[in-house]
Amino acid sequence: MGMDCTVYMGELDIHRQKPNVERMKILGAKVVPAVSGSKTLKDATNEAMRAWINNPVDTHYIIGSVVGPHPYPEMVARFQSVISEEMKWQLLEKEGRENPDAVIACVGGGSNAAGAFYHYYNTPEVRLIAAEAAGLGVSSGKSAATTALGTPGILHGSKTLLMQTEDGQVVEPHSISAGLDYPGIGPVHAHLFDIGRGEFVAVEDEDAMKAGIELSRMEGIIPAIETAHAIHALNLIEYRKDDVIVINLSGRGDKDLDTYIKWGGY
Amino acid sequence: MLFSFSKSINKTSNYDGFRFRGKKTKYTSWFVFRKSYLRMNRIHYLFNSKNKRVLSIYFTAGFPKLEDTVPVMEAIQAGGADIIEIGVPYSDPIADGPTIQDSNLIALENGMSMKKLFDQLIGFRSKIHLPVVLMGYLNPIIQYGMEDFCKKCKEVGIDGLILPDLPMQQYLDEYKAIFDQYGLVNTFLISPQTSDTRIRQIDENSDGFIYVVSSHSITGAKKGISEEQVTYFKKVEGMGLKNPRLIGFGISDAETFSTASEHAQGAIIGSAFIKTIKESQNLNEDIQKYIQSVIN
Repeated sequence: MGMDCTVYMGELDIHRQKPNVERMKILGAKVVPAVSGSKTLKDATNEAMRAWINNPVDTHYIIGSVVGPHPYPEMVARFQSVISEEMKWQLLEKEGRENPDAVIACVGGGSNAAGAFYHYYNTPEVRLIAAEAAGLGVSSGKSAATTALGTPGILHGSKTLLMQTEDGQVVEPHSISAGLDYPGIGPVHAHLFDIGRGEFVAVEDEDAMKAGIELSRMEGIIPAIETAHAIHALNLIEYRKDDVIVINLSGRGDKDLDTYIKWGGY
Repeated sequence: MLFSFSKSINKTSNYDGFRFRGKKTKYTSWFVFRKSYLRMNRIHYLFNSKNKRVLSIYFTAGFPKLEDTVPVMEAIQAGGADIIEIGVPYSDPIADGPTIQDSNLIALENGMSMKKLFDQLIGFRSKIHLPVVLMGYLNPIIQYGMEDFCKKCKEVGIDGLILPDLPMQQYLDEYKAIFDQYGLVNTFLISPQTSDTRIRQIDENSDGFIYVVSSHSITGAKKGISEEQVTYFKKVEGMGLKNPRLIGFGISDAETFSTASEHAQGAIIGSAFIKTIKESQNLNEDIQKYIQSVIN
């Protein structure tokens, strides 16, 4: 379409997801490192918004997560809703029913979860389970477990649950997974948590990595480390043996090979 | 005489006679306009007495050193500025460029917080007579509690607020009544991207001054003011708004201050001032020198 594309990415994430960066460059994008804060997703979002403020006339801001000012969370959720749409017809084909007993998805900002939950929001018999990143442990001070640690606050133009100090300063998050390394969640997820519609579990780095290896050996699919959190969530919830549970495999692990190799526990 | 008259009004209205004691006004018009007088604070008095080359200086509380807040204010006043804007530091200031991001970060590392700031501001009115506004992002204020925050502002002697990430609708629905109760003037920002309809709405719902962002950009001085920017200043100037306007973002020296002042009541300097005080060995002297260099 002849449009230039600039992608803002945390400097740390550029290092830990190198293949994704190179892929974007091959496709013609310019990748700009965000060097403030913890040099991850939150900081990249800050920089992208600043770039938008600086270039509002000839530039359009887009974001892949369900965070940020209205109508972005709603738009992204609607685009991602193809996930639960497809779930319905796949389930009908394989299980003879459109509704599973539970859907599990990982949540950083929460775009894949929003898409996986979308057509089930108003179907209360379908459990919506969100796996957030506990990092080195929910109470370690090195985590991104927003519903466990967050309080209502405002970041990037939306009011949502936010990891912050009593004084309202945003706490730098930590997760081994770049996509979950965010101190907030999409406002819709905060709402699901608030009204008890969503069940939130916190998955530690180490458990997620092990779950990633388990899926690799069982199915031959190396999952993204974000997705590996959702897989481990299965170990943290109760379910009946004949329950139909959908785990949303939101991404491949190719981009994360560096982190898998550094972790080395396989 | 004046005092007894105000007492008699007090029976039928919420008139706070104390505030206007000594103000020479004809009773007839005074009575008709008392509603607007009720809201008069230092910002209104300033623009009533000065409508050209008004200089507002922004700095970050607790920067460069934690205890510099009030001394910096004193120096700004001594230097001859007209309004002081105290920036409340925030971890993620998305409307700010590197200079103010940096001052926010340093202030937070120094230990600045809302509570600390209010502690520092106790009693500042014995030294500072200029209008003082707080400028900051919404989240730290929400965590402090909007009502407590406004109450505290009034207690220490703050005149107004600039909250760039507070949308007008939220302000009108949730906070305007609180601001009014504590006599705080709210300032909205407009940019070249703001439609005329929106500018008129903002003018309608403002009662102090309008912050005219000089270009579509984050804070941080660029060199000079372009023709295109002047065209935009003139457009806003020609709209006949009821509120005075101060132009900010990209104002850094005598030349940009003068150009901006030709098309508005004055201008706001932030990043350039922060740069001046960052490396200063003698804050008081350097601040006064800088302000003098801008206004003379």
